[in-house]
Amino acid sequence: MATAKSKAEKEYDDIPGTFVFDAERSRQGYHLNMFCMSLMKAENRKAFKENEAKYLDKFPLTPEQREAILKREYNRMLELGGNIYFTAKLGATDGHAFQHLAAVMTGSSQQAYADMMLNGGRSVEGNRSKSGGDQPKPAKAKAGKPTSKSKGKKRG
Amino acid sequence: MARIIAGVSSSHVPAIGAAIDNHRTNEPYWQRVFRGFERSKEWIAKAKPDVVIGVYNDHASAFSVEIIPTFALGTATEFGIADEGWGPRPVPVVKGHPELASHIAQSVILDEFDLTLCNKMEVDHGLTVPLNLMFGSPQEWPCPVIPLAVNVVQFPPPTGNRCFNLGRAIRKAVESYPEDLKVVIFGTGGMSHQISGPRAGLINSKFDHAFLDNLTKNPKKLAQMSHMEYMREAGAEGVEMVMWLIMRGALDEQVDEIYRFYTVPASNTAVGHIILENRRRVAGKAKPSPASKKPAAKIKRAAAGQKVHRIRS
Ligand SMILES: [Fe+2]
Repeated sequence: MATAKSKAEKEYDDIPGTFVFDAERSRQGYHLNMFCMSLMKAENRKAFKENEAKYLDKFPLTPEQREAILKREYNRMLELGGNIYFTAKLGATDGHAFQHLAAVMTGSSQQAYADMMLNGGRSVEGNRSKSGGDQPKPAKAKAGKPTSKSKGKKRG
Repeated sequence: MARIIAGVSSSHVPAIGAAIDNHRTNEPYWQRVFRGFERSKEWIAKAKPDVVIGVYNDHASAFSVEIIPTFALGTATEFGIADEGWGPRPVPVVKGHPELASHIAQSVILDEFDLTLCNKMEVDHGLTVPLNLMFGSPQEWPCPVIPLAVNVVQFPPPTGNRCFNLGRAIRKAVESYPEDLKVVIFGTGGMSHQISGPRAGLINSKFDHAFLDNLTKNPKKLAQMSHMEYMREAGAEGVEMVMWLIMRGALDEQVDEIYRFYTVPASNTAVGHIILENRRRVAGKAKPSPASKKPAAKIKRAAAGQKVHRIRS
């Protein structure tokens, strides 16, 4: 595939644990996402649940995409061009709360994930970059430094 | 002439909508969120907008991966409620303002913002959750709403700068509309969150507070923030905060921050909310009286980091 090279050049591939859904993934995952989209209709959800493999035959998926769907490998789906707003519809069809999917994608139990969120979520520290350490980017200054010290009561 | 009197930003977390629809708003977890909007409801009841412009994003409801418009303005008379997989949310149909919407379309397109126009479009939680947070759960929404859907699902969304400038063009359009209308613009989505991949669950409160500070005081600087920075610092899906800049661009350079609320989490997301008022609107009916602002100053923080400003008018 001609995609390997251009993919390697994408700045956002440096963000750990993240599959950015760009035009390339959108094309690659088109049928996977359209399958997910079809699950918005009750009759399709029913047909899918009755015979998943048969239902999936209606969509020209790659073997890898098909396997990822059948095995509910949510990260793999993202890697193969799925988008989370679409794959979430598969989770909903299974009757799962979104945090179930989040737990699967983060390799934790749903309870552990829920607890992490209640405790303020996953810290950005140590999660910024695959490559160069974990420095807040210099560009940060552009957005204004975190101004926790200037929490004045009034403006103007 | 029509004018924009204020801007409101708020998260549009789907779980907030589910909590409303499933009557779970009294649970402590959800009270923490809903309490933060009590004063906002009072504020908007007094501000009484004639029209709301609702900037939001569609989440694979009206738009799939077939067609991905960067900016889609709803010019229809009404907008149905999308079935997001478990039946449409039990909220009123969203009535539009086709005359003003068409006027905005014409004005901003001639200003070189190439909008997609939708004469038929269903709206999802992205729009309806903020309507609930601000208006509660009435039989009918109290005013027409013009939806403006922004692509933030497929990378890249429009830049913050583009969003900010579109806001300015919308303001210009509104101000050239002959009818006397009070308009409030909503920017929705965010704040920090990532819901995809192994990094899901990311929250960055420090980033969020700085974002809120800059939104009020330093929006032009904020508009220069790159998508990379949003995604790195505020999560892959946190990039949707660019939509807040459309709201901000539609306001005066100097605004009064009337109210702010922040809490973590609602489901997977940091909830942020801010109300900004334009200052120079003395022609009688625009501004809520100072008395209406006072209560905001007394609101107790419901969560660490939340804060409230009251501004002298
Ligand atoms: Fe969103």
